[in-house]
Amino acid sequence: MIHQCRGRIRVWARGGVRLGAIVLVIALASVSQAAPPIRIGLGMALTGGLAANGKAALMAMEIWRDEVNQKGGLMGRPVELVYYDDQTKPATVPGIYSKLLDVDNVDFVVSGYGTNLIAPAMPIVIERQRVFMSLFGLANNEKFNYPYYFQIAPMGPSPGQEFSRAFFELAAQQNPKLRRVVLVGADAEYPHNALAGARENLKKLGFEVVYDSTYPPATVDFTPIVRAIKATNPDVVFVASYPPDSVGMVLAAHEVGLRPKLFGGGMVGLQFAAFQTKLGAKLNGIVNYDFWVPEPSLNFPGINEFLKKYQAQAEKAGVDPLGHYLPPWAYAMMQVLGQAIEATRSTDQKTVGDYIRAKAFETIVGKVKFGASGEWEKARMLLVQYQNITGTDLNQFAGPGRRVVLLPAEWKSGTLLYPYAEALK
Amino acid sequence: MFSFELLLNAVAAGLLLGGFYAAVSLGISVAFGLLEIANIAHPVFIIAGAYAAYALHTAFALDPILAGLLLTPLFYGLGVVIYRLYYVSFEQRGEESLRGLVFFFGLMFIVEVALLLVYGVDYRMIEAPYIGRSVLIGPVGISLRLFVPCVVGVILTLAVYLFLAKTFYGKAIMGVSQDSLALRLMGADPVHIKTIAFGLGVATTSLAGALLIVIGPVEPAMGREYIGRVFAITVLGGMGSISGTLVAALILGVAESLTATFSGPSWALAVSFGLLLFALAVRPSGLFGR
Repeated sequence: MIHQCRGRIRVWARGGVRLGAIVLVIALASVSQAAPPIRIGLGMALTGGLAANGKAALMAMEIWRDEVNQKGGLMGRPVELVYYDDQTKPATVPGIYSKLLDVDNVDFVVSGYGTNLIAPAMPIVIERQRVFMSLFGLANNEKFNYPYYFQIAPMGPSPGQEFSRAFFELAAQQNPKLRRVVLVGADAEYPHNALAGARENLKKLGFEVVYDSTYPPATVDFTPIVRAIKATNPDVVFVASYPPDSVGMVLAAHEVGLRPKLFGGGMVGLQFAAFQTKLGAKLNGIVNYDFWVPEPSLNFPGINEFLKKYQAQAEKAGVDPLGHYLPPWAYAMMQVLGQAIEATRSTDQKTVGDYIRAKAFETIVGKVKFGASGEWEKARMLLVQYQNITGTDLNQFAGPGRRVVLLPAEWKSGTLLYPYAEALK
Repeated sequence: MFSFELLLNAVAAGLLLGGFYAAVSLGISVAFGLLEIANIAHPVFIIAGAYAAYALHTAFALDPILAGLLLTPLFYGLGVVIYRLYYVSFEQRGEESLRGLVFFFGLMFIVEVALLLVYGVDYRMIEAPYIGRSVLIGPVGISLRLFVPCVVGVILTLAVYLFLAKTFYGKAIMGVSQDSLALRLMGADPVHIKTIAFGLGVATTSLAGALLIVIGPVEPAMGREYIGRVFAITVLGGMGSISGTLVAALILGVAESLTATFSGPSWALAVSFGLLLFALAVRPSGLFGR
């Protein structure tokens, strides 16, 4: 009896060993056949002052990655994102990109969000001759002229001037002619560049600057500034501000009763749902820059599908629930890189870089073609006016008619309500 | 550009701003000025107070100031726990100087990350009937968004001042700030008194947070912008002087406002801190320092 049992155990054991060996051989074969992923590295502001945008941008990139992987990856290889939190601190950026390139050995790098966090990565990327896709950097490549730098925001060959060009062109079109201009902005990188560009535009158009000043980034109360502006009796007020300041300026303008003929320009933050739903009708009449708005003229293929996916995840992640401002561009930036890798069937930096420079790309934000400086060949910054906003319901901002496009004429979707005071009624 | 009307408005705006600054600085004046605890986590309690008021406002449609008031006992309790932890871990062992500083630095990050995890990174704002409105008193326009925080800030400062000057516990807190050994000889427990004082400081700070979210949007990391200002106000007013804190806050508010109106806002902070340096050169213990 005992002998019989031992025999059975031996048979089972032999069978088990054989089965194990077969499984092992299959597993090893599948591992050796699985293509290594294409790894794309980046630093992103996931904490700190720019985290609200940074996190939303990363979410858009992850949506792109998941879609690409569902379709079989790039060149048959899955895509992997390798990212680190730059904490909105430029000082962390060189370390992050050195690690991505030297330790993580990623195949490609893309930038984090914003001018200040792109600039410190430039020397590292240039030294290693890598393709560098850039997300909303203002004139980062102006001094380097690096041929493989590609900036996705549609600011064109002169990004500094582009932020205010349409605004002042609109001012110049008004009759009777507008003269007195106020320039005001935060004492920081983006407003400095935007204000410098505004001064150049004003020189060309022959306006008179009656107030030109910056304020410290930690300013709490904007009413003294707005009162000083009001005392100059301006026709046009151009503001280059970061998100909390933009809110402060809008509230102070209402409290003080500032009523120039045109008000707005370069106010970052008014594009975010968090502010739109709180400022509500106070936004009416403001003429501001934008990159994409849900107007029929800008209904590009894929944008609505993307926004649907993004919005389904946004609330849980605590980021902008509509995602009109930055996420489509983060997604489009990855589309450009992905299309270039797929078309060249290569991860060689020169091959991919040359292809991006030479070709045009169909993306969810429209057709993208880069020029010599790595900016868009032709600018497509939008000048929009906030109109018909009633109450603070979020849904009204999701559809058309609230941020109508005034310029460029090619994308126009509405007419300017003029002057500013009239639009407030 | 100078006009008398502009001057009046600048002074009024400065006073309103100063009232808010007083509320924001009160907690550090108690902790740093009276207890000599370098609570560099102070700004994050302002932001935590702002988010807590936001949460109550969103959930129950409560006025943010009322929400802030209702939350003060909770933050008092939080302050008590934090001080006890600080005392047992550092002060009792005589290691409070450097390690205590690291403790508060770490606490700052923990609270900040907790806010990030709970609320995400997006900006938060609230709605109230007085936001975005102003009233005219003669030629002077008063922004209600700043007037309400100013009034609450001044009342809060006066209440803390009266508490310290008139009540037994208040006098004990003043006593412990002067000589804790003498207080112990009088039969009072300095640790207990310091616990109450620290809790009070955190409670006032949380209310200041509710005032902050009335003035503008908040996000978890923005508290750091206030650290320089609140320490400057505490030092200018005189360490541990509550009335000094109020006066210094009003001076800095008016200085910022006047500079922003007449010389350009980029000079506003420079003038304020220049004023601080000048005042300290003339009177090193601060305006009302002992």
